[in-house]
Amino acid sequence: MTYNLNILLPEIFLSISIFLILMVGVFFKKSYNLVTNLSLIALVILIVIILNTESTSVKIFTDSFIRDGYAKFIKILIIISTIFILLSSQVFIKDNNIAKFEYPIIILLSILGMFFMVSSNDLILFYLGLELQSLSLYVLAAIDRDNTRSTESGVKYFVLSALSSGLLLYGCSLLYGFTGSTNFDIISNSLNTSSVGSIFAMVFILVGLAFKVSAVPFHMWTPDVYEGSPTSITNFFSAAPKVAGLAVLIRFMQTPFENILVEWQTIIIFISIASMILGAVAAIGQNNIKRLMAYSSIGHIGYALAGVATGTDSGYMSSIVYITIYIVMSIGMFACIFLMKKNGKYTEKIYDLSGISKKHPLVAISFLIILFSLAGIPPLGGFFAKFYVFMTVIENGMYFLAIVGLLTTVISAFYYLRIIKIIYFDEFAGSFDRIRNFSITGTIFLSCILLATFFLYPSTLNNIVSLVFTS
Amino acid sequence: MDFPILSLIIFLPLLGATFIFLFRYQKDNNKSAIYVSIFTSLANLLLSLFLWFSFDNNYSGFQFIEEKNWISGLIKFKLGIDGISILFILLTAFITPICIFSCINSVKERVKEFLIAILVLETFMIGVFCSLDLVIFYLFFEAGLIPMFLIIGIWGGERRVYSAFKFFLYTLLGSVLMLVAIISIYWITGTTDITSIHEIKIPSEFQHLLWLAFFSSFAVKMPMWPVHTWLPDAHVEAPTAGSVILAAILLKMGGYGFLRFSIPLFPIATEYFTPMIYFLSLIAIIYTSLVALMQEDMKKLIAYSSVAHMGYVTLGIFTLTKQGIDGGMFQMLSHGLISAALFLCVGVLYDRSHSRLIETYGGVVNSIPKYSLVFIIFALAALGLPGTTGFLGEFLVLIGIFQKNYLIGLVATIGVVLCAAYMLWLSKRVIFGQIKNPEIKTLKDVNFSEGTILFILATIVIFFGFYPDPLLNTMNVSVNGLIDNYEKDLIYHLSASK
Repeated sequence: MTYNLNILLPEIFLSISIFLILMVGVFFKKSYNLVTNLSLIALVILIVIILNTESTSVKIFTDSFIRDGYAKFIKILIIISTIFILLSSQVFIKDNNIAKFEYPIIILLSILGMFFMVSSNDLILFYLGLELQSLSLYVLAAIDRDNTRSTESGVKYFVLSALSSGLLLYGCSLLYGFTGSTNFDIISNSLNTSSVGSIFAMVFILVGLAFKVSAVPFHMWTPDVYEGSPTSITNFFSAAPKVAGLAVLIRFMQTPFENILVEWQTIIIFISIASMILGAVAAIGQNNIKRLMAYSSIGHIGYALAGVATGTDSGYMSSIVYITIYIVMSIGMFACIFLMKKNGKYTEKIYDLSGISKKHPLVAISFLIILFSLAGIPPLGGFFAKFYVFMTVIENGMYFLAIVGLLTTVISAFYYLRIIKIIYFDEFAGSFDRIRNFSITGTIFLSCILLATFFLYPSTLNNIVSLVFTS
Repeated sequence: MDFPILSLIIFLPLLGATFIFLFRYQKDNNKSAIYVSIFTSLANLLLSLFLWFSFDNNYSGFQFIEEKNWISGLIKFKLGIDGISILFILLTAFITPICIFSCINSVKERVKEFLIAILVLETFMIGVFCSLDLVIFYLFFEAGLIPMFLIIGIWGGERRVYSAFKFFLYTLLGSVLMLVAIISIYWITGTTDITSIHEIKIPSEFQHLLWLAFFSSFAVKMPMWPVHTWLPDAHVEAPTAGSVILAAILLKMGGYGFLRFSIPLFPIATEYFTPMIYFLSLIAIIYTSLVALMQEDMKKLIAYSSVAHMGYVTLGIFTLTKQGIDGGMFQMLSHGLISAALFLCVGVLYDRSHSRLIETYGGVVNSIPKYSLVFIIFALAALGLPGTTGFLGEFLVLIGIFQKNYLIGLVATIGVVLCAAYMLWLSKRVIFGQIKNPEIKTLKDVNFSEGTILFILATIVIFFGFYPDPLLNTMNVSVNGLIDNYEKDLIYHLSASK
């Protein structure tokens, strides 16, 4: 039993620190800074704890919780991205009067949910983790409660997400009904393509998961929620929940649905192609940079799902590599968006970027690197992400998927180029307020350096992922 | 050779660019940025000249090979050159300093960024010609889009945004299909190293599709009819230095790609598609020459003439005879010099009177005789006057094509006449005739730096026109090797299929 608790140490530590920090927040007045710093410290300690656990695959609590290298990697990815998001959004949070002590605590809670999600080996634990994560995210979307747009997006997100959770839960219960167990391993052994009911269950679960990662046709909430939520929350939405959702999707494909690969493969291929096309086409007309990033994230999920669609380990690995690189780009991009402050107000219109290359050359070049990387132009990091995905896609002979994917790259290049055009080619239309904040510039710098020098050691990330995947 | 001279030549400009980027906040930095960029580009020119002298003309394989593990287990970072690529490296290293010198006169704002873009572009261009691995090649090939997009978009003319987007999206669209083909080749042969692929040999049933995918990329870059429409736009709107680089080097990547990849890797498909290439090239030669005749914008005229000249290049390359390929290569090099010079000439006029329209000029020779002399030299070189490099290229191509098919040769020869027509007419309307526009009288003749650049270019064009041996000897063995291997592979595949 104590051995089991050892394995659960990261989750236990996180829960305890959440409660302690909550107490601190309640008992100290105006404790936002203190709470944030404590949360950051807790996250850093958490990384150390996770790094010090072994990577061998262990299942505990009657095989409902799994600890393996894969979960470890995903958890560390979630924590690191959260740390950077929290750091880079401080100025924004304080400027917009959403510096409430609950803010970081709810983020920690959602991380706890994600931890259980990615480590679950049982439908019940998976659903609990998912709900903990989702409930926290609803609150976060509506955290700017005096702002109609923010509350609206929170409610919208809640209603749609609750619906998808319902479908997912229905799928889970169907699965239980047909296989007699909630455990992934047992489900995996008793599922086969001949059982129509289990395929229904699989479809429902896929719908729920596709909603969480905002893949077409379950993407409708994404643009509205991205636009309505405070930018600091949008930043978080586009990173951590995406990783967790994709990771758990891969876990599902790998274990419980292993034997009905042919059935779900078609669905994933469809979702992937639809997301790539919609992400590319719908973003063209957007003038709000957050909305544009929402469509861009839909497109990127499409590419990541292309790796999943292969149904092979190398495909799953390429998806994980893809989402990792995507997060680096996304965090860098939002850190740049945090600098878009004009006359004391934060703007979201891309025309406010007009000609800023003259006044803010460093911001402009950061945008340039990140946008070209998002478009997947070599030699930047984004190219390698796509390269690895299409490597496995073509290995499995899915030429149609590869060609559609690469053609949508060209279409989506158009709207990334459009922003670059506005930044570099258009007339100067007013400069931004000076924001001197080391964590924003540091985040942007780190993101750009990682993307620009990725080509020097392009296989390091791959090696790490394949190491954790095979353990 | 142990010293990684190729890597040095590739990454030296990038180093220079980083240097300029980091020292941007010093006062009076425009000047220092120009000095740094001139220094790096000239150093690169010296290095590549050194490379040329230490190059062994009698060895048909790749030389100066560098190999490093890159993506572990998948792809090696492999560089190397042969008689074909060394000439393009020389061309690139030679054109870049010219662009930098020319921008001192013409680029007035954001000079540092311009120099950075040019130097970064040089890195990518030389990288394209050095890489012996398909993925590395693709990496450099695509990366070149970024600086060129910015050069057209930031420093271009009125419709620069449209042209920059058209340039970028056309080329990207062509290239993504090549990426699919490259990855497919990896899974067919297990490697992307072109020397190993050549030994393993791609099975003939895959060759046609792969060839088409590569063709889509090179044809856009070349550009061949009917995907040439981005070129006139890009040329017209790009600043002078941008047009020069575009015409002199970027267009050559297409031809180089055919020589380096399409022909050696897919001989069966090359044989199969050769008639199509002839057909497209002939259309390019005749049709774009006619279009060039009707142009009112000088830059557009030269751009269309580039498409026509590139038609000779593809025609020559795909004759797959010694003379044809020699001619295609020579035509590329000579076009690189001549079109660069013509764009510089137009740039000189544009800097003075801010018009590229032919009708604004006329009788220029009366006020600026020195300029007119150089302009006429390059116009005559472009139409293939014997004694200039332009003649040799077209002549060799025509020899090659007449060996294959008289009819095609005949039609191609008509193109030479058309070329003479539009070039002479252009000279007549711009240089000679009555002075209609009073502004012409006050034009200033070429200044020292412009004059020097144009003089050097003219000397080289005439020198190699009379004495082409240094260039032909360099590529001789490699071209022979290319043809031998092609014929051997063709026989191998044909006998395998029987």
